[in-house]
Amino acid sequence: MMTSAPGPPLPLPEEVVTGLTPAAAKHASQRRRRPLLGYAVMPVLLGLACLGLYLWVQGKDLDSIERRLVNADVIRQGFVEHIKLSLASTVLAIALAVPLGVLLTRSFAKWFTPVVVGLANIGQMVPSIGVLVVLALIWTIGFQPAVVALAAYALLPVLRNTMVGLQQVDRSVIESARGMGMTKRRVLTRIELPLAVPVILAGVRTALVITVGAATLATFVNAGGLGDIISGGLSTSRNTVIVTGGALTAVLSLFVDWVAGIVEDLLRPKGL
Amino acid sequence: MIRLEGVSKRYPGQEKPAVEHIDLDIPEGEIVIFVGPSGCGKTTLMKMINRLIEPTSGRIFIQGEDVTSVNPDQLRRRIGYVIQQIGLFPHMTIGDNIATVPKMLGWDKGRIDTRIDELLELVGLDAKTFRKRYPKQLSGGQRQRVGVARALAVDPPVMLMDEPFGAIDPITRDRLQNEFLRLQAEIRKTIVFVTHDIDEAIKMGDRIAILREGAQIAQYDTPRRILSAPADAFVADFVGAGASLKRLNLSRVRDVPLSFWPTVVVGTDRAEVLSILRQSDKGSLLILDAENRPLRWVTARDIDRDDIPLEEAGLEPEPIVERQATLQDTLNLMLDSSHGAVLVVDADGGYLGTVDFATVAQAIQGMRREARDQLRAEAVELSETRDLAPP
Repeated sequence: MMTSAPGPPLPLPEEVVTGLTPAAAKHASQRRRRPLLGYAVMPVLLGLACLGLYLWVQGKDLDSIERRLVNADVIRQGFVEHIKLSLASTVLAIALAVPLGVLLTRSFAKWFTPVVVGLANIGQMVPSIGVLVVLALIWTIGFQPAVVALAAYALLPVLRNTMVGLQQVDRSVIESARGMGMTKRRVLTRIELPLAVPVILAGVRTALVITVGAATLATFVNAGGLGDIISGGLSTSRNTVIVTGGALTAVLSLFVDWVAGIVEDLLRPKGL
Repeated sequence: MIRLEGVSKRYPGQEKPAVEHIDLDIPEGEIVIFVGPSGCGKTTLMKMINRLIEPTSGRIFIQGEDVTSVNPDQLRRRIGYVIQQIGLFPHMTIGDNIATVPKMLGWDKGRIDTRIDELLELVGLDAKTFRKRYPKQLSGGQRQRVGVARALAVDPPVMLMDEPFGAIDPITRDRLQNEFLRLQAEIRKTIVFVTHDIDEAIKMGDRIAILREGAQIAQYDTPRRILSAPADAFVADFVGAGASLKRLNLSRVRDVPLSFWPTVVVGTDRAEVLSILRQSDKGSLLILDAENRPLRWVTARDIDRDDIPLEEAGLEPEPIVERQATLQDTLNLMLDSSHGAVLVVDADGGYLGTVDFATVAQAIQGMRREARDQLRAEAVELSETRDLAPP
């Protein structure tokens, strides 16, 4: 029932959502497709912000250092590298977290679930800069260790949402599926995962956004990204540069969130 | 059709088995109800038939085939399964929900489409409207109809139903029960139906198994026999103090003799109406119209009043039932009426007779006597075959 008029979300029938539903899961399952105009708000705001930033920078008299750190080429390169880092690490996090999440929600996994979840927690709690530095020391510098460190950071939200998404699938739906003769695998792929998709995607969206923020640290292992601009400005004490780098990171973050939101709405199964 | 041999279920760490050693035969084409107090193991027992719960010991035969060790997923595709919470797949349309098992069995699209339409009509839903809808757009009653349709998709010979109407409001539940009985009269499946409601058991069952703790059979018999001759105190208690009244759900108006009040056709001269009334032993008289349909109830006083024409005097001819009404409904109507009797009409509304309190009481006595006589006859027969002295 995709109505075009926005309104309060319809309450879910009790048979769709039971059991533990943290706020994120519930919110993800209850969002409705927004009217088309609603989707245009964020890009317009971001466009205005970029325009504002541009005009502000233009209005200033930049010295040679500033001009070296903030120019069209540097900004473009920074964006490209930043997006590459964020995407690669999020994809890696998904590739690890979703299968892991599936495994941990199976009945045989009860005893090692806390261990694995604990490890994922550590991945997010340990400061990324520390992880980056350690990897740089024991492995190498550049794109690869940065991606690994960022993936470790993004692992937890995706893992947690995968687990919650699968756990909030109504048990009676699974029971009736098994009672009809579906194999366990079929139940997983045709019933559990599709019904968990909204929650999993919410986790992916979170992971993307926090990764964009954390990827600014990639500069410290020579992996590029918008962090180059920020740290360049920090080490030369040029505020304009710092602000520009920070603002651009924020714009990218919000833009990524916007795109992820559209994908979420597109991939949500009809009928939920 | 379904035979359970020595089936039991014991969970590790529990001192009492959920299901103790049980032998049970479920005849083909009948609805057998498993009913009993909470925790008696009736659902566990039912779930062992399609091996959602694996028996600890014993064997299960369906249509003569030992299914205790066959592939359980494949077994379940041949058995319809309906549960209380319905469990429709929310992310699929109604049509896709119903098509689940046919798709698994590799039916081609044309055959599946025809079958979906067939089944929706069978459960009383308009195929065109409902095929493309999603479960959340349906009411609870509609969802359970789809649940039943889905279970019947590949026309399995056996259906298992676990309190299927339990989560539905009483009015819709009543309607669904009646429709299901009508459906079963057509399709004649072998159905195992679990409920905790003895009234539902009596209404729906061809045979009822009253179960104690450990799914032990206290009595396995037709509803009529259970009501008129409960096997022990447990059964009698479970059936409840209103057993005589529950029996009224088993009988219909057409099963009992009707009594007769005096009647006249409209237009008859008042003096004659009065004399007919005086000659009978009743205090009121029924005026019928030209098509023999009840028009008014009148007393002598109403006949006496010249200022009001007879067809407007007296009282409305109510309550009215047709011959297939249950005695239970009839008794309820009787309690509301001011005449202590209910008018029985045929399909065209033509008057057939009346049912009153005395008739209903007689019907109950008759049932009890019948059941008692039958049991005595069996006892005599049994003692003769064993050469025992007659009781």
